[in-house]
Amino acid sequence: MLDIESIRKDFPILGQKVYGKPLIYFDNAATTQKPQIVLDTIVGNYSTQNANIHRGVHFLSQTATMAHEEARATVQKFIGAEKSCEIIFTRGTTEAINLVADSFVRSQCVDGDEIIVSEMEHHSNIVPWQLQQQRKDIKIKVIPFDERGHLQVEKLEEMITSRTKLVSVTHVSNTLGTVNPVEEIVRIAHAHNVPVLVDGAQSTPHIKVDVKKLDVDFFVFSGHKVYGPTGIGVLYGKEAWLDKLPPYQGGGEMIKNVSFAGTTFNELPFKFEAGTPDYIGSTALSAALNYVSAIGIEKIHAYEESLRLYAEEKMKEIEGMRFIGENDQKSGLVSFLVGNIHPYDVGTLLDKLGIAVRTGHHCAEPVMHHFGIEGTVRASFAVYNTKEEIDVFVAGLARVASMFNRKKH
Amino acid sequence: MSLIDEREEEIIEEFSFSDDWLDIYQLIIDKGNDGAGIDARYKDDSHLIEGCQSKVWVNAELVDGKVYYQGESNTEIVNGIVSILVYILSGNEPQDILDAKLTFIDKIGLQEHLTPTRSNGMLAMIKQMRLYAMAFAAQQQK
Repeated sequence: MLDIESIRKDFPILGQKVYGKPLIYFDNAATTQKPQIVLDTIVGNYSTQNANIHRGVHFLSQTATMAHEEARATVQKFIGAEKSCEIIFTRGTTEAINLVADSFVRSQCVDGDEIIVSEMEHHSNIVPWQLQQQRKDIKIKVIPFDERGHLQVEKLEEMITSRTKLVSVTHVSNTLGTVNPVEEIVRIAHAHNVPVLVDGAQSTPHIKVDVKKLDVDFFVFSGHKVYGPTGIGVLYGKEAWLDKLPPYQGGGEMIKNVSFAGTTFNELPFKFEAGTPDYIGSTALSAALNYVSAIGIEKIHAYEESLRLYAEEKMKEIEGMRFIGENDQKSGLVSFLVGNIHPYDVGTLLDKLGIAVRTGHHCAEPVMHHFGIEGTVRASFAVYNTKEEIDVFVAGLARVASMFNRKKH
Repeated sequence: MSLIDEREEEIIEEFSFSDDWLDIYQLIIDKGNDGAGIDARYKDDSHLIEGCQSKVWVNAELVDGKVYYQGESNTEIVNGIVSILVYILSGNEPQDILDAKLTFIDKIGLQEHLTPTRSNGMLAMIKQMRLYAMAFAAQQQK
């Protein structure tokens, strides 16, 4: 059993009141709050070991460089990568996908080639590929999901052709909560020699990720969704793939030699890390991942699942409750609508009760189109949430719902 | 005291009955339900003020030198807010509307709806309503 009370004490923001009511933070799929150790790492590093990394000969620079590279090793261990050079620091999931989309399509695709994504992708796994369509005439194919939010993986086999170059899918849907069968997707794609990119933004905070076991070719996630700071994220790529791909951005650090006659590029991982990296962010992310590991990601997963199931059970009692996303395998969040009440109204009123939820299309408009809705209300959980908070949330929801009963039109 | 001031006072008075936020919002929702909405023919893109999450349609007409507004939203809270604005501003001369300070927003605690990023765009609504008044004022001067 986790000692949630003690965990909550690690997160200073949770003690806050909003509108005079205790903050209930159920917007964790957007970003998680930060434990003290992460905040201390940021302040500590700036206070004691701030210097630009890598090429410095002086003490501070070497200390900072070591910390940054240790952070890389922490990430490697956390997601089960074979080598630390397979870990590229990015600004987040979005930049990581943009990096792969740019470098991959530029070097691996010709007109007429295909990229397969799913219908439940966040815009950040749709738009980068669409941008590449301005460069090459590539086709984007979409794996559909059914009414319960279950990805129809069985259709993938027939969708793959000799022109398919990459499958890029989310591990966990940020809108439906669906956990996709990544291993099966990888098995099907690899049978056709097609590599797979997995968007782990919503899985890494909740589910044990082992990139070697999943056998994914690329895996991306954001630090701020897993208790780390904003502005730092990770691209994992199998070394063979990262070696094959050309650099994304040019600048310092990513080069071996520069002359006006031509430039040679540095080795992995530096080839993909142009400019001064966020070495404070990387160490703070490392602190966050170590914090998660100390609690145990499996324990966190089990606890969060108990929260989600409890919430769904309680929410069912509210008249007009409609869950958006009812896949058997779900993680971390509940997306819903109450009767005909607009999600914006529900979110605005819950806010006044001190409850933070997200409303709208969650940057996944195709999911909204699928259901013919404008948006949903999404409550998403983290390790510091409690059943007591869910009770307050459900009671608040019932009160909010009752406010619209007098509606005349 | 101008008609706008009187109506603002009336609204402020009406909203002072409770400190409970949900009571305040209940009244806003009720105001929307009591509002006249907008004629279906004006519910088109040319009358639309689109926020990230909510839509508002606003129309205005000049009758005998006075501006009459209509407004409606697809979300209840914004519908209430636009209905209150319509109530306060309708039936006034364009210049009076342009001069209106709209202090009720602050006084009944709706300032948060004025931030530019707030998706309901109360600012955008007010701006659009002022633009109508400005256009009518210019028309009158010709």
